[in-house]
Amino acid sequence: MADLAFWMIVLLTIGSAATVVLNRKLVYSAIALLFTFFGIAGLYVFLWADFLAGVQVIIYVGGILVLIIFGIMLTNRITSVNISHTSVQRGLGAFVVLGLLAILVTMINTTPWLQAEAVEPVQTVGKVGYLLMMDYLLPFEVASLLLLAALMGAAMLSRKSN
Amino acid sequence: MDNLNTYLSIAAILFSLGMFGVITRRNAIAVLMGIELILNSANLNFLAFAKFGGMNMSGHIFALFVIIMAAAEAAVALAIIINIYNNYKTINVDDVRELRQ
Repeated sequence: MADLAFWMIVLLTIGSAATVVLNRKLVYSAIALLFTFFGIAGLYVFLWADFLAGVQVIIYVGGILVLIIFGIMLTNRITSVNISHTSVQRGLGAFVVLGLLAILVTMINTTPWLQAEAVEPVQTVGKVGYLLMMDYLLPFEVASLLLLAALMGAAMLSRKSN
Repeated sequence: MDNLNTYLSIAAILFSLGMFGVITRRNAIAVLMGIELILNSANLNFLAFAKFGGMNMSGHIFALFVIIMAAAEAAVALAIIINIYNNYKTINVDDVRELRQ
């Protein structure tokens, strides 16, 4: 049962990711990206990362995807019926990317990965919070500065020219 | 199903799809979508190594920081794209080449 759910989620993730990069209509790509993000959140659950699965849904689906759809709406005239976009050099791109994928999969399957057994934690929120406040306090604070700078920069950039 | 190579292969496929989008797409927003796919595949790798390396929680912290970067990057990139659209009336990345000789 868990196996079936896992492969269904994998199929959903990869299928919708392929739709994102292959579909000609930009809005369809954005909607397919929604399902990709949900599928990846499902994979996070299988990887025992319950907190990050929640963060993935809230930030990617609730924040970044909404931003992207706003971007699509603002950079196309609403009255234009066909919000499409073209791809170039698909054959060459597919060749390069398939070669890259072959190299990566060969590397993954031939490397003897160092692995350790682990027991499933009851929850991960406590440990993540502890690490953020102890070992990774400085990056955590710097991230807040980065977000502030990104917020102000984005607001400055998107104002009408003064 | 539940081994490291499966997750790494899924992440490799997602990375390749994102790379394909970045290479072939000409719309700047579609290129941004490809970059989001690549960042997600990196996160998947971090979490897979965290689980199969003895549930080391540092991988979760790294994934969290990647998500923070992605949020900041998407906001700034879309502001830039909207500016480009206002100046050139297009967001085709091949048409924006004022700096080219």
